[in-house]
Amino acid sequence: MRAYAKFAILVVAIVGVLIWLAASGISETKTYYKTIAELNAMGGQAQRERLRVGGDVEPGSIVRSASGVTFTLKQDARELKVVYTGIDPLPDTFKDGSQALAEGRLGDDGVFRAGRIQAKCASKYEAKPVPRNAASL
Amino acid sequence: MENIGALAILLAFCLAVYSAVCSVIGKVAKKPFLAVSAQRAVYAVFALLTLASGLLVYLLLAGNYTIAYVAAHSDPGMPALYKFTAWWGGQEGSLLLWSWLLAGYSAVVMWTNRRRFRDMMPWVTFVLMATETFFLTLISFPLSPFKILISGAKANLVEGMPQGLNPLLQYPAMAIHPPMLYLGYVGFTVPFAFAIAALITKQPGDAWIHTTRRWTLVTWLFQSTGVTLGMGWAYAVLGWGGYWGWDPVENASLLPWISGTAFLHSVMMQEKKGMMKVWNMVLVSGTFFLCILGTFLTRSGIVSSVHAFAQSSIGTYFVVFLTVGIAATIWIILDRLKYLKSEAHLESVVSRESSFLFNNLILLSSCFAVLWGTLFPVISEALTGEKISVDKPFYDKILVPVGLFLMFLTGVGPLVAWRRSSLESLRRAFLWPSVAALALVAALCFGGMYEHPYALVSFGLCLFVTVTIALEFWKGANAIRAKSEMGLLRAAVELTHRNTRRYGGYIVHMGVVLMFIGFTGAAFNKDRTVQVTPGEDFAIGHYNLRVIDVQDGGNEINDNYEWRAVSVDVRKAGEDLGTLRPEHRFYKSSRQPASEVAIRRRLNEDLYVNFAGMSSDESKLVIQAYVFPLVSWIWLGYYVLLFGTLVCLVPPKVRLAYARTEIVGIVGKRASVEK
Repeated sequence: MRAYAKFAILVVAIVGVLIWLAASGISETKTYYKTIAELNAMGGQAQRERLRVGGDVEPGSIVRSASGVTFTLKQDARELKVVYTGIDPLPDTFKDGSQALAEGRLGDDGVFRAGRIQAKCASKYEAKPVPRNAASL
Repeated sequence: MENIGALAILLAFCLAVYSAVCSVIGKVAKKPFLAVSAQRAVYAVFALLTLASGLLVYLLLAGNYTIAYVAAHSDPGMPALYKFTAWWGGQEGSLLLWSWLLAGYSAVVMWTNRRRFRDMMPWVTFVLMATETFFLTLISFPLSPFKILISGAKANLVEGMPQGLNPLLQYPAMAIHPPMLYLGYVGFTVPFAFAIAALITKQPGDAWIHTTRRWTLVTWLFQSTGVTLGMGWAYAVLGWGGYWGWDPVENASLLPWISGTAFLHSVMMQEKKGMMKVWNMVLVSGTFFLCILGTFLTRSGIVSSVHAFAQSSIGTYFVVFLTVGIAATIWIILDRLKYLKSEAHLESVVSRESSFLFNNLILLSSCFAVLWGTLFPVISEALTGEKISVDKPFYDKILVPVGLFLMFLTGVGPLVAWRRSSLESLRRAFLWPSVAALALVAALCFGGMYEHPYALVSFGLCLFVTVTIALEFWKGANAIRAKSEMGLLRAAVELTHRNTRRYGGYIVHMGVVLMFIGFTGAAFNKDRTVQVTPGEDFAIGHYNLRVIDVQDGGNEINDNYEWRAVSVDVRKAGEDLGTLRPEHRFYKSSRQPASEVAIRRRLNEDLYVNFAGMSSDESKLVIQAYVFPLVSWIWLGYYVLLFGTLVCLVPPKVRLAYARTEIVGIVGKRASVEK
């Protein structure tokens, strides 16, 4: 039985370390899904958390420059200016009118600094049974 | 014609129900003719689904755009290959593929076991056909692939205009990625069916493991192939600049692979020591349900993903199937616990047994971590009302150390003796591998790699495992050479042939080591985005890149897409390395852009150039350049893994009796090798 006891101690140690890693991993990278309206309602707290905001890319708002890409996300007449500063290339599906998901932090100036953009082209990926604006991203 | 297709699916559905019900009645009421009839129905299901699939493919190739599925996933401009692969390009078609593959597998099982396992087979038939019934329910009723298009019925279809296959899917590796993955997913139904049948009929022995061992290996190989192809596709097409993004859909394909790997290892404990019988039941069932869960995650849109399919209503069907299936499986395992008693005990922490246990613990933990991360948004929303997601750093934080520990076990496990190992034998086995690994780590430290501790440990462990595997081959081959006077190489082949499973397994391990080397390279990635005009230079890593010109493919050249490409001249220290030609495409029918990146693949590093389009004032080209060190080792590792698995499948020349006294034999053999 001593072998089982030793084995149990090792297992507990390994599982413990993994849980600790998982917990710290979650607290470091957890990202809240918010709509633009919720973002405005959060006030000062919005600047402390990592956020993921969805909306439609306002046609004509995409400006590419050497420092990054800026565009405007729009959802139900509410708008959010976004600067993309990440290193990955923007997805091919990211263009005027597509549904995009920006991930990053809100700056003091009210501009959202995104490190990652995901996009779905609105005309593709089959019809959804729910209306498009129903926080479906 | 679409009516014939829909009718075939409906008939197949009825026959699957018939087969599942009759085989149980035949067994319980002792009416053998019913059981036989049920097995024949399986062939009929396969024939009908072959007909339905053939019709769908015909409609796709012939371009019958009155069918909703054809209109949504192909268009006249596409090459025939992609018209064919549109079969699994969408929801309905891919579910038809699932059902067809399962019917095919079931037919093979029926045929190869037509004179064996008379008592188990009715239950095997039942499990297979119950699963088939579930998938046929989906494509018979809510998601028929043969629906006629009525204008305006699908909001995003412009009056029946063909939509074309998603451009991201128009890539050769992607053409075979889904079938490969599905062959793996679907294949796990068979070991599961045998396991359940063995439980129901209270089979005492390991008959189900022996019968399904090859089967499990083959499906595992298909899964590995599917996952690797997916990685290759993500690397070259998706434009993430990476092969793995911890996207829910990718995770879904990885989960059953991990638990399947755990299963492949833990069955050895049952075969050789009669231990872990309950555990194996849990693993094989878990793998099967993870396959279903994977299909569910991909198909239902419950977890948001970049390449998720539609959000659809089929989620409920899956939840019901999973709940009923898992509850029934847990019940039957608990009910039959007394038939699953272990025949041996763990004797020491330093033993082969315990290394298997740790291997399983580690694999299962990583499986759980990935599952947890994937479902975190769903769980957190249910518990706190906030939808919270976790990201790549979460996975890296857990899975990098877990992967390294697994690599360590890969080196240690196969060399530790069964039951218990003495310190002396450990020293003998691990002296040289440890010395080699430490020397490499020291050398790399001097080379300036001390900033990347994980990479250092990883390279060290990779060499450690490589040396242990090489020593195993060398010792064994040397012993044979001494007796039979062959060359060392021929002796190694002979050695492998005598125990294909063991040495094939080592080759698979070697493949995994190569893949780890490739993964470790990611610690040294470089990237750069520039805006240039033709003629301008820029540098990345050791390379000097210059855009020489821009070509424009106008409207008329190609039916499928318009394109614009840049030629980039690559130089390294003055030496001309040729030209790369990344391309930017615009697919016509789907009105979607897509990038065709240019990659210069070499063993030491890949140079990866993407043409991202024009800057907003249209005056400059936006070019993204990356250096990805060691990525090719991942693909190389896959081929080694493929070869190793094929070796495992070769019947061994010497029939080893897996007597549970084998330990003595191994110790004796080692001693004679040492001399």
